Amino acid sequence: MKSFIPTRSGSLPFTLTSELGIGIAFVVELLVFSLLSPYFLTTENLLNVSLQVSITAIIAAGMTFVILTGGIDLSVGSLLALAGILTTDVLKLQLPIAVSFPLAILAGLIAGALSGAFAGALITRYNITPFIVTLALMTVWRGIAFVYTEGRPIWELPDVFSILGSGRLLGVPIPSIIMIVVFVASHVALTQTRFGRHVYAVGGNKEAARLAGIRTSRVFMQVYVLCGFLAALSGILLASRMNSGQPNTGLGYELDVIAAVVVGGTSLSGGRGSILGTFIGAMLIAVLRNGLNLLNVGSYVQQVIVGVVILLAVMLDRKRSC
Amino acid sequence: MSPLLEMCGIAKEYPGVRALADVTFELRAGEIHCLVGENGAGKSTLMKILAGALAKDAGSIVVNGQNVALHSPTDAQAAGIGIIYQDYKLVPELSVAENIFLGQEPTKQHSPFIDKKKMHDDARKLLAQLGEEIPTDLTIAMLSVAQRQMVEVAKALSRHVTILAMDEPTASLTEHETVNLFRVIRQLKSEGVGIIYISHRLEEVFEIGDRVTVLRDGKVVLTTEVAQVDKRRLIQSMVGRELEDEFPRAELTRGEEILRVEHLHAHRLHDINLTLYKGEILGIAGLVGAGRTELARVIFGADKKSSGRVVLEGTEISPDSPTDAIRAGIGLLTEDRNQLGLILQMNVRENISLASLSDLLAGPFISRGKEEALAARYVSELNIRPHDSSMEVEKLSGGNRQKVVLARWLSTDAKVLMFDEPTAGVDVGAKYEIYTSINRLAQHGIGVLVISSDLPELLGICNRIAVMCEGRVTGVLSRDEATQEKIMTLATMMN
Repeated sequence: MKSFIPTRSGSLPFTLTSELGIGIAFVVELLVFSLLSPYFLTTENLLNVSLQVSITAIIAAGMTFVILTGGIDLSVGSLLALAGILTTDVLKLQLPIAVSFPLAILAGLIAGALSGAFAGALITRYNITPFIVTLALMTVWRGIAFVYTEGRPIWELPDVFSILGSGRLLGVPIPSIIMIVVFVASHVALTQTRFGRHVYAVGGNKEAARLAGIRTSRVFMQVYVLCGFLAALSGILLASRMNSGQPNTGLGYELDVIAAVVVGGTSLSGGRGSILGTFIGAMLIAVLRNGLNLLNVGSYVQQVIVGVVILLAVMLDRKRSC
Repeated sequence: MSPLLEMCGIAKEYPGVRALADVTFELRAGEIHCLVGENGAGKSTLMKILAGALAKDAGSIVVNGQNVALHSPTDAQAAGIGIIYQDYKLVPELSVAENIFLGQEPTKQHSPFIDKKKMHDDARKLLAQLGEEIPTDLTIAMLSVAQRQMVEVAKALSRHVTILAMDEPTASLTEHETVNLFRVIRQLKSEGVGIIYISHRLEEVFEIGDRVTVLRDGKVVLTTEVAQVDKRRLIQSMVGRELEDEFPRAELTRGEEILRVEHLHAHRLHDINLTLYKGEILGIAGLVGAGRTELARVIFGADKKSSGRVVLEGTEISPDSPTDAIRAGIGLLTEDRNQLGLILQMNVRENISLASLSDLLAGPFISRGKEEALAARYVSELNIRPHDSSMEVEKLSGGNRQKVVLARWLSTDAKVLMFDEPTAGVDVGAKYEIYTSINRLAQHGIGVLVISSDLPELLGICNRIAVMCEGRVTGVLSRDEATQEKIMTLATMMN
């Protein structure tokens, strides 16, 4: 088909060209806000944005894997609350802090991974669509969080716990550092490993992937475990920042997370997208909220603007891929 | 009398490449005008322009003496132009009748509701014209490839076209269905419909065509009455050089047994017994629905067997999944490469390496260097065009897509490779290259199994041919004793 094919101009690797549109939009956004608000471009404000975005962004990294397989995970917001509660509850046990601290974090993370495994098992074994499975789990986990705490927050935690969410390392908030680590690791996993390749293959064409020898059920399991794990990690960081475990945290977070992934150019039907895109997508929305706050735009109006920007970003992406 | 359709001076350029240059094509009423050319010669582009799916850069299109502007498929339909594409444009979840009448559903007068009875009745009538008895309430997803094709033809018929273009309509049809399709085409011809017939099977051009036009590199190199050319001349015009033979000759020596199937029973398969030897090409012939694909899928672990044994190199295997089968050394090139073979969003390199990633690892990571080397090797060895492994396979032609799938399996160190319709929708040049690869595999001691509905192809490349009918093997013929007649007798003996 030689004579037919428009050769791709330039030599930018695929991963760069596909994020170009959203990347430019992000840069424009940064420029606009730095012109409108003198405080915007200060180190303190930018670090603040990175702290604010870290909770949803970490989950968005996991959600990217799930959406790349053509799935969705609506249970992340509830899972975030549940993991925070489990972790804070273990911290309340009468144990030496050197034991209870790692145990508490482990408990939260394992709960997240198990929830993902449960979702994955329902999806692959019983062939129920991910939307339904995780919609149900969203309600179940939230309900358990309320039942477990009888609707009351878990307070009076050891001081050392708050370091995770509120501490800084070399001036950078610890959640921001964790977020960067998660994104770098996710990017490497997605682009450089067999697992990552299988995620794209399964999302692109599940049956063809199976016939190429990929154990598709295993891939589905893996992405939901990863997503659950990262949701729990976020939940622990958030609990630490609030220094309490609260059953009603993370309400509606799943939608913010999905918005970040979609704005980042990942296709909801699977097979196309990237971690870098998700990162820019999450940042774009966070910077928008921050900038509007600095400009004293009311929160009601903010919601409208954020929604419109999500639409514009996705339209820009469609235009590029045509 | 002016011709039914005149396409004059059509040109189309993509960034950097000229797809069509000054193409002139004419179609008379009641004429079957064949359009041939290698993949990439510009046939599909020309058809897309005619379908209103692609804008031309220059030239004019005249239908019945009237200049028409085809800006959209709707315009083309209004002008009486119908196109049946190679990759069918049917909605898998909708029923046969719903697909045929998609967008023109019959309603009772002044009623917003679809008249389902009339829709199904009309659909049945249209299919009956084609000699088909497909239940009209089945969804497309439940049909075989051949049946889907018949639905496509019925769909075009329902739209009262005067110009009908068919892209590779017989690619997945059996002899019987092809005969049937030709009957329908001749019937349409006698009713005055002009038919543009695109095919890689040149025999068909001689069987059914009135005139033939050859495209090469976006230009018309020949337009003539079919009666005035022979096959050799056509091939020469298509490839621009002399092609020695349709099938490459290879000396094959049959080695020891590599795969044995004993008393295999599965869904639509009954008591299959077959033996495949190293260095042998075993053909599987039969009508669509005879169970050929099912047999390959069961051996490959893609579907379950109910009883019987599959023995590979003396050891019984019972793969639960393709993963197991590949690990044991069995590969399958599926019939429907777009649905079941390729990941269209991925590029050539990623599609080639998909089944052999474990050989390309450096620690936990895929070695980009090894992967690029693997892809580059097969791109040049199999002549996958364009020579660019970062090209998305979505942009490749049928023949080159098939070579990508082939490359994937060549890189797995398989002991047994099964090909399901390996040359469906593939042009003469690429076919020859695929045959050459199959020969080379056999020469390297691999057991090769080829399922094909193209009998000359099976007779041309196989050592032995097993014939299936209604889920059973009805006979195995050696190369010397096999003829088309004998195969067809065995393929229909259960009926």
